[in-house]
Amino acid sequence: MGLTAFLAMVRKDLVLFISDRRSVIVAFAVPIFIGSFIGSITGGVGRNGRPRVNVAIADDDGGAISTAVVAGVQADENLNVTVTTSDDVKDRVKKGTIGVGAVIPRGFGEGSTRSLVRPGGTRPQLFVFYDPSRTIEVGLVQGVLTQHVMLAISRAMGVPRPSLPFTMSAEALTSRENVPYNSYAHAFAGMGIQFLLFSALNLGIEMLVERDRGLWARLRSAPISRFVIVGGKIASITIISLMTLLVSFGFAMIVFKVRIEGSLIGFLAVSIACSMMAAGFGLLIAAVGNSPKTARGVSTLASLVMVMLGGAWVPTFVFPKWLQQVTVIVPVRWAVDGLDATTWRGLGLSSAVVPTLALLGFAAVFTAIAFARFRWEEA
Amino acid sequence: MDDVSFTVEPGRLTGLLGPNGAGKTTTVSMIAGLTRPERGSVLVNGHALSGDTDPMKRTIGLVPQDLALYDELSARDNLRFFGALYDLSGAALEKAMTSALTLVGLADRARDRVKTFSGGMKRRLNLAAGLLHDPDILLLDEPTVGVDPQSRNAIFDNLEELKRRGKALLYTTHYMEEAERLADRIVVIDAGKVVADDTLAGLYAGVKGGAQSHLSLEAVFLMLTGRSLRD
Repeated sequence: MGLTAFLAMVRKDLVLFISDRRSVIVAFAVPIFIGSFIGSITGGVGRNGRPRVNVAIADDDGGAISTAVVAGVQADENLNVTVTTSDDVKDRVKKGTIGVGAVIPRGFGEGSTRSLVRPGGTRPQLFVFYDPSRTIEVGLVQGVLTQHVMLAISRAMGVPRPSLPFTMSAEALTSRENVPYNSYAHAFAGMGIQFLLFSALNLGIEMLVERDRGLWARLRSAPISRFVIVGGKIASITIISLMTLLVSFGFAMIVFKVRIEGSLIGFLAVSIACSMMAAGFGLLIAAVGNSPKTARGVSTLASLVMVMLGGAWVPTFVFPKWLQQVTVIVPVRWAVDGLDATTWRGLGLSSAVVPTLALLGFAAVFTAIAFARFRWEEA
Repeated sequence: MDDVSFTVEPGRLTGLLGPNGAGKTTTVSMIAGLTRPERGSVLVNGHALSGDTDPMKRTIGLVPQDLALYDELSARDNLRFFGALYDLSGAALEKAMTSALTLVGLADRARDRVKTFSGGMKRRLNLAAGLLHDPDILLLDEPTVGVDPQSRNAIFDNLEELKRRGKALLYTTHYMEEAERLADRIVVIDAGKVVADDTLAGLYAGVKGGAQSHLSLEAVFLMLTGRSLRD
């Protein structure tokens, strides 16, 4: 009897999901749209070169050294330089149209040369202005400016063909050679996970709606066990969540050439485990929620926090160190790490084992709590 | 509930009456296995119901007060799902669905989505879902709420037919005229206790001057449960 009921529950949930246009749009179209947008603004497809930092520079000195500095930074591969006036530099930074600006003041060249010969004297200042919301860029610009100032001074002091006493190579590194970074892989992983979570939560809340509408009473009056009821829900939510993720990735593979550069089995294992985790979470919301309305608010907040802390919006490496350590308790973190590892990082099956086990662990804990907390009896 | 005890017999309809909050729905929930009583038991042919998977639950059909249907599914898909909960499949399920839909007069709308149905049609389908697995006992919790006279009359005809087939029916309602028309026996509960359990004639005879003065069931009910508001 259990199997017939189990299969009927899964079939019913799938038919209801497909017949609900709003759910289908949220599950499939929205993550594709947002993933496409985020992917496009965070790097795009296969761009091997690094992005350049936009800088505005003003040469109020106008001497040989400052002219050489400006020429140097203009030729630097790390910067995209606009030469303008000092007032315009400040104005652009204030308005946020540019992240970093530099002003070479009058007398800078002469003063810096003199200061190098007589270290005890007053040293001239090179002014750097930056947008406080873009602090990462200012360090890079300061380093590049220092390099070109030193080269210009050395040249002015007669050092023949001055250059740095070393060379440096920078190479984008994944586990396989010639694998260009595709930012759509991370964007679609993040958005796929976010919306599979939304789908799962929506299905969990539907259980509360079913209770309100008396459907739960009809279900519970039938001679079927609680395990069949919970198992049927877990299975249907897992299938729908998995569909959400795979459709998103499928789109990204076809349109944006996202590839599973690592282990396909690992990718599927992480995807299935993530969907089971989401199903457990949806069930938990149904178990602890008092009404569909309150559960919807709480679950939306909870899922957004999970997604944010899990690195689905921005990678976790930009978080403070303590937060990076704390987020291991967030299941989405494991899902994002697992999908990143098996897609654009090109890592093997072993890279998916720990994320998969962690996600299955979360799924088991969520489901067990939901089962224990569920209000099985009708008032 | 406090020491509630009554019997529902085959081929007879027992009306379960009571003011709001009296415990009618709780009683139905206990019989259907939705709520576990702290004491006492529900006996079906002398067998005490125990646990979620007790096969004897198959002998009970529930028609909840709410329209417990999936609006986005067709009438057939609703019944297909509810039938599967009772292990019905294949030809047996098809036969049961056809029989139930024919009984409630919805055979020609079987493939339509429930959301396109009127309130009365939904009530009739709600009834069909409860009797799909051919239970011996049918629990009907206010099955005519919000329906027009035509649909109500059709449901009454269905219940009469089910009585003729030997089903034991337990029927809760606030409509006294329904109980007067349908019930072979009436149980009145108030504040969780049975305050009367008799035939209609017995109830009239039991109240002072009832048999002589042609009191209505509503008047008898108010005598038994009082006139104070309950909600």
